[in-house]
Amino acid sequence: MEPIIALENVSFSYKINENNIVSVLKDVSFSIFPGEYVAIIGHNGSGKSTLSKHFNGLLTPNSGDVWVKGHNTKDDSKKLDIRKGVGMVFQHPDNQIVATIVEEDVAFGLENIGVPREEMKQRIDQALEVVKMSEFRKRPPHHLSGGQKQRVAIAGVLAMQPDCIVFDESTSMLDTFGRNEVLQVMRQMNKMGMTIITVTHRMSEAAEADRIIVVEDGKIVMDGTPREIFKHKEVLMQLQLDIPAVSQMAEMINNQIPTFSKELIHEDELIDEVKRVSKVRSGEVV
Amino acid sequence: MPIIEIENLSHTYMKGTPLEHRALKGTSMVVNEGECIAIIGHTGSGKSTLIQHFNGLIRPDSGKVMIDGVDLSKKRIDIKGLRRKVGLVFQNPEDQIFEKLIGDDIAYGPFKLGLPLKEVRERVKWAMDMVGLDFEKMKDRQTFALSGGQKRKVALAGILALKPKILVLDEPTAGLDPKSRNELLDKIKFLNKTENLTVIFVSHNMEEVAYLADRVYVMANGTDVLSGTPEDIFTDKERLQLYQIGTPETVQALYRLKDHGYKVDTSAFTISEAAGEIIKVLANGGGENRG
Repeated sequence: MEPIIALENVSFSYKINENNIVSVLKDVSFSIFPGEYVAIIGHNGSGKSTLSKHFNGLLTPNSGDVWVKGHNTKDDSKKLDIRKGVGMVFQHPDNQIVATIVEEDVAFGLENIGVPREEMKQRIDQALEVVKMSEFRKRPPHHLSGGQKQRVAIAGVLAMQPDCIVFDESTSMLDTFGRNEVLQVMRQMNKMGMTIITVTHRMSEAAEADRIIVVEDGKIVMDGTPREIFKHKEVLMQLQLDIPAVSQMAEMINNQIPTFSKELIHEDELIDEVKRVSKVRSGEVV
Repeated sequence: MPIIEIENLSHTYMKGTPLEHRALKGTSMVVNEGECIAIIGHTGSGKSTLIQHFNGLIRPDSGKVMIDGVDLSKKRIDIKGLRRKVGLVFQNPEDQIFEKLIGDDIAYGPFKLGLPLKEVRERVKWAMDMVGLDFEKMKDRQTFALSGGQKRKVALAGILALKPKILVLDEPTAGLDPKSRNELLDKIKFLNKTENLTVIFVSHNMEEVAYLADRVYVMANGTDVLSGTPEDIFTDKERLQLYQIGTPETVQALYRLKDHGYKVDTSAFTISEAAGEIIKVLANGGGENRG
């Protein structure tokens, strides 16, 4: 399968002045394939946001290449194709909302690329439906909650029908309810075949992905499934990261009750494991 | 002793225009000296409008705001003196940073207080240490090339260097990695408990509310609808649902176990307490404890 995004020996640095250059990405190579759900984690300043801005050509490498659907992001003539292919949702929903009515906000990008009126209506309907915001379509966005605003922003990206959406810490300003709303939408879009890349500081959120890429000092230091990655608690702690609360609880329970699995990463698994162990302990047949 | 007293405070934006919006509708709150108070609630519930009253950025439309003996409804107040007492850190750190170098940015406030150079330097060093920024390594770094999380630390250090009596934080750890987050929470706790700094923070993160706050105020629709200790708030399941307040991940898991009939105490919200609850249930013979 052709990768949707491929990075080949990508390096990137910010030039502060003549003799002061901050090197952010250092010879990074990896590929993301259609339909994947990838979480990128790393501490503040590790380079993950700079990395995610390379995925649709917002930034281009100083050396090396980024290929999006086979187009080099340095090729300006392909910029529109690249941006259409990979959409971005950022941290602050307020910075992404431009219109005074929800449906007009979703329409904004479509108008820019000249989508015909009828098709535009269809795409808006669909996008609002996916993020479950159809009933709010005539409302002004500034009275919505954070999670609702972020869902409107997602609908705007979704209406452009990209192959991949990058979420750059898109849940960090949301409360638990708002976060769960957005996570549900992400999961649903992934089930529909969309490639999802999420940059996050919440380990329980990274556990939702199929694959986790760990960034440290501008390099990829780990790449694997959440279950593999979260086995390496000590390494993650050294990288200023952590394991999900569920995993920490499982580890503590396992210390006291060895039959209780310590390799749990989802809340559902914790609940099931409590049920399983308590059945065994009370002598029921499993 | 109360250091902040808010009584029946209302605020309307764009009064008398078609865009008139009542952000606060008679809210009240008392904060005692040395307390750590969390304010939680939905976007648009009035949290940000409320905290902007604490250092006089917004003056009360109606109702009473007393901050450390200063009555903000009076026309003539010592606003400079008030802002020395109350340090406010906003949600978007980039709004608060304007100097080119990190050290200069943090030193700006103390300089404006007219402190001698030596003390300014000491305060900058202390403040950078408090937020976990290496003084020697970072003071001459340029502010524009910082990540979001680092900017947040610089903004907070700039306020701490003013040595306020009351620290007001809007989403202090949003965008921080787990280690920076835990370190910052520990530092805030230290400042609160050891240096007797009064801390008020707005947060969406229930883990940090549970960890830091002595008391919690829940805002909804421009008024305070609920207040109490984190235990009080997180064990009140009906009202949690009514006001759509989330719980820490630990409490969420415990509630689900409770729904399955396990006798767990849902007021256990640290990870070790929550694990302890599950161990207790399993050690007591598992299924027999269900009921």
